[in-house]
Amino acid sequence: MSWPHWTVLPVVAPLMAGAVVMLLERRGAAIARAVAVATAIALVVLAAALAWQASDGTVRAYLLGNWAAPFGISLALDRLAGLMLLLAAIVGLASLLYAGAGDASRGAHFHSLVLFQLAGLNGAFLTADLFNLFVFFEVLLIASYGLLLHGGGAARLRASIHYVSFNLTGSALFLIAVSLLYGLTGTLNMADLAGRVAQLPADDAVLLRVAATLLLVVFCVKAALLPLYFWLPETYSAASAPAAAVFAIMTKVGVYAIARVSTLVFGADAGVGASVAQPWLPALALATLALGAAGAFAARRLRQMLAYLIVASAGTLLLAIGLGTPGTVGAGLFYLINSTLVAAAMFLLIDRIALGRGVLGDALEPAPHGARRAMLGPAFFLLAVAMAGVPPLAGFLGKALLLDAARETSLAVWVWAVVLGAGLATIVTLARAGTIVFWRGGEEDARHAASTAFADYGGGPRLAGSGARAAHPGPALAIVLLGALIVACALFAGPIAAYTGDAAGQLFARRPYIDAVLGAAPAAPAIDVRKEMREQGRLKGAAR
Amino acid sequence: MTLLLAIGIGVLAGAGIWLMLRARSFDVILGLTLLSYAVNLFIFSMGRLRVNAAPIIDAARAPTLTDYADPLPQALVLTAIVIGFAMTALLLVIALRARMETGTDQVDGVEGDSR
Repeated sequence: MSWPHWTVLPVVAPLMAGAVVMLLERRGAAIARAVAVATAIALVVLAAALAWQASDGTVRAYLLGNWAAPFGISLALDRLAGLMLLLAAIVGLASLLYAGAGDASRGAHFHSLVLFQLAGLNGAFLTADLFNLFVFFEVLLIASYGLLLHGGGAARLRASIHYVSFNLTGSALFLIAVSLLYGLTGTLNMADLAGRVAQLPADDAVLLRVAATLLLVVFCVKAALLPLYFWLPETYSAASAPAAAVFAIMTKVGVYAIARVSTLVFGADAGVGASVAQPWLPALALATLALGAAGAFAARRLRQMLAYLIVASAGTLLLAIGLGTPGTVGAGLFYLINSTLVAAAMFLLIDRIALGRGVLGDALEPAPHGARRAMLGPAFFLLAVAMAGVPPLAGFLGKALLLDAARETSLAVWVWAVVLGAGLATIVTLARAGTIVFWRGGEEDARHAASTAFADYGGGPRLAGSGARAAHPGPALAIVLLGALIVACALFAGPIAAYTGDAAGQLFARRPYIDAVLGAAPAAPAIDVRKEMREQGRLKGAAR
Repeated sequence: MTLLLAIGIGVLAGAGIWLMLRARSFDVILGLTLLSYAVNLFIFSMGRLRVNAAPIIDAARAPTLTDYADPLPQALVLTAIVIGFAMTALLLVIALRARMETGTDQVDGVEGDSR
C-alpha cells in the first residue's frame, strides 16, 4: 500500500461510480445494478483494508490538492474513521442487494443515490476540516432527500418537507457555528483548531462556548437527541426499506461528529472551551433513551417501533460519548457497530414481513400467516435478541461494557437504572411484536383483524409484483449478510472490543491525530506549474 | 458599518425565523431563504469588515496585511450560497409536488385552522 491515494478513494470511487451508473441506467437496469453492487463490494474490501491499516495505531493524513496542512483541506484516517467507513460500506452493500429485487425500479436513480450517499458519509468520516465536514454533510443530505422521496407518494412528500426544512435550518446553524469558530481562531482545520482553541483568551470564552454549543446542537439534530428527534420516526417510517436501511448509518454520522469534535477540539484540556457538552449531554441522552423505549412500546406499526428503537439506540450511544471517559466511548463504539447492523437488517426484514401480510402491511395486528413464516420468524427472533441486548449476541455485550465502564462516573446510578429499564421495555416491545406477527394470526384472529384493519400505507400499491419479487435472491442475501455479521460480532467480540477500545483511546490521546494532520508534508510535484508560469512571467504578483 | 450590518443580519434572521414558523410551505421556504441570507452575511462579516482591500494578491499593492482582506470567508460564503440555492430549489420542487398530491400547501398536508 505505498500508493498515497488510498485514503481519498472511499470518497472518489462512489462519486465516480454513481455518475457512471446514472449514465448506464439508460442501457438497462441490470447493468446499472451490477456496476453499483460491484462498487459497493469493492468499497467493503477497501474499507476493510483501510480499517486494518489504521489498526496499527498511526493516523494517516492526506492533503487534498497537495496543499500544506492548515491551509488546504486534510483527510485523516484513524481507527474510528476506518471503522465507520467499513460500517457504511456494509450497510450500503446490503441496501443495494436488497433493492435489486424491485425497490430500485420504483423510482429513478436509486443506485446512484445510494453511492452518492456513501461518498458523503465516507467524506464526513474522513475529513479533518470543519467546513469540509459541512460540505460532506450536505452531500449525504442531498442524497438522502432523493432516497427518502424514492418511490413517491403523499406520505413521503409530507415527510420530505419536514425533513428537508429541518435539515436546512440545521445547516444554517452549522454555518453560523463554523464561521464563529473561524472568526475566533482563524482556522477550520480540526487539528489546528484543537491547538488554537486551547490558547484563546478568557474574553472570547462566551463566543467560543456559543459556537461549540451550536455545533453540538447541529450534530444532535443528525443524531436525534431528545428535543431534536422529531424528524426521525416520521422520516424512517416513510422511506422505502432499502433507503431506510442506509439511513440507519445516518444517525451515526451525528454520533461520530460529536465523538470527534468533543474529544479533539473541545476536550478536557481545551482551555476556556473545555467540556462544553459535559453538563447536559448525558442527561439528555438518558431522557432520549427512555423516550425511545416508551415510543417503541406505544408504536402501532413495526416500522414506527423500529424508528423509536433507533432513537433509543442513539440515546445509548450519546450517553456513552457524553459520559466522556475512554472506557465508555470504547463501549459505545462497540455498541454502535451492532446497533447499526441490526437496525439496517431489521428494516429489510420488516419489509419482507409486511410484503407477506397483504393490506395489513407492517401494522401490529394479527394477520393470516404467509407461506414463509418459518424463515421470517427465526430471523426476526435473532434480530430482536441482538436489538434488545439479550445474551448471547453483541447487543448485550455492548450494553454490559457500557454499564461496566459507567460505574466510575458520577451518573452511574442513573445510567444503570435507565439503560436496564429501557432494555426491559425493549424486550417486552419486541416480544409482543413477534407474538402478534408470528404466533397469533390463526383463522379466528385474522377475521377479527380484517374487520378492524386500517390501511393508510405510505408506500403506495405494494401487492402488485410481489410474487415476482419473492423469487429474487437479493433480499435474502442482504438479510443473511447482515445477520451473519451480527453473529460474527458476538463470536469475535474480543478483537472487535479491543479495536473499539483502542479507537477510543486514540480519540482521547489527540496528539497523534494533531501531529499527523499538521505534520503531513506536501508531496514534491512532478511538474511545477507555478515555477514554469513564474519563469514565463505569467503569474500575477510574481514581480515581487 | 458594523452596526448597520449587524442590524441587517438580525432583521433578516428574525424575519426568516418568523416565516419558518408559519404553517404554509411557501412561507417556510421564504423564511429559510431569508435565514440563509442572514447566515451568508454573517460568514462574510467573520472575515472582518474591510473597505478597499483586495482578497487576491495583486502586483499593484504592497504585500502587507493592511492591504488585503481575508479571502477565506469569501470562498466559504460562495460555497454556502451555492448549496443553499440548490437546496431551496429542491425544497420548492418538493413543496409543489406535495401541493399537487395532497391538495393543500399546509406543511403537514392537512388543511386545518392554522394560517
